[in-house]
Amino acid sequence: MIEPTLALSAFLFIIGTFGVLVRRNAIIMFLCIELQLNAVNVAFVAFSNLWGIDGQVFVFFVMTVAAAEAAVGLAIIISIFRHYQTVDVGNFNLLKW
Amino acid sequence: MEAFLFYFFFALAVGGAIGVVVSKSPVGSLLFMVTTLFAISGEFVLLEAHFLAAVQVIVYAGAIMVLFLFVIMLLNLGHEYQQDLKIGVFSVAWMAAVSVMAGLVGWGLRGDPGFAASPAGAQEIEAALAQYGAVGAIAQPLYTTYVVPFEITGILLLVAIVGALVLAKRNA
Repeated sequence: MIEPTLALSAFLFIIGTFGVLVRRNAIIMFLCIELQLNAVNVAFVAFSNLWGIDGQVFVFFVMTVAAAEAAVGLAIIISIFRHYQTVDVGNFNLLKW
Repeated sequence: MEAFLFYFFFALAVGGAIGVVVSKSPVGSLLFMVTTLFAISGEFVLLEAHFLAAVQVIVYAGAIMVLFLFVIMLLNLGHEYQQDLKIGVFSVAWMAAVSVMAGLVGWGLRGDPGFAASPAGAQEIEAALAQYGAVGAIAQPLYTTYVVPFEITGILLLVAIVGALVLAKRNA
């Protein structure tokens, strides 16, 4: 079951990266980043079936970091929304040159 | 039966992920994401990661997705149904290139003896599950080998709480 699980991980990561590239809604882009993190988690669990339980411990850390990242990222999105009244990333061009 | 469940959850996860990308409304995307997370949790059960399956449902599908839903409703984004997909030549070419590369790597690794069924890691995990139980099997390395990263994770969560409060405060 390890090879098809790695295939699932690859599919989810590619779909998530594609979503980050094509969507303009900041919240959906963020959701696609979560999808990429989950794809990595699937790969970690698959490899933990090869090399022991350490992979599952790493998944635990990835989940914690994802929770912290979601809290800070959504706070950033809220403060951007207060400024521009939109979450469409096409309007955020302050750092663009 | 196990193989059927595996491919059922496989299809559910990939279908949900595609739904996240193509759904028009943000709330629809979120519900597709919850579907994907549940399917991944099912895969975790099939891969002998029972504790992680429970945490996946409680923390990801329960807490993080509710946080997203909360922000969508707070910003009142549920009503904009215009399609915001922007498919350019670059993104399609990127997608095709990466898919071909992943397929080639997968084809090269196919049948590698390192991926043999029931390898050493699975036996080690089953022994740990039998000895310590589903939670203890993870807690044992987490509080011995990985205790320093664990403590640093606590600091990270504290910083994230303070940062989120400072960023989202109304008049900073």
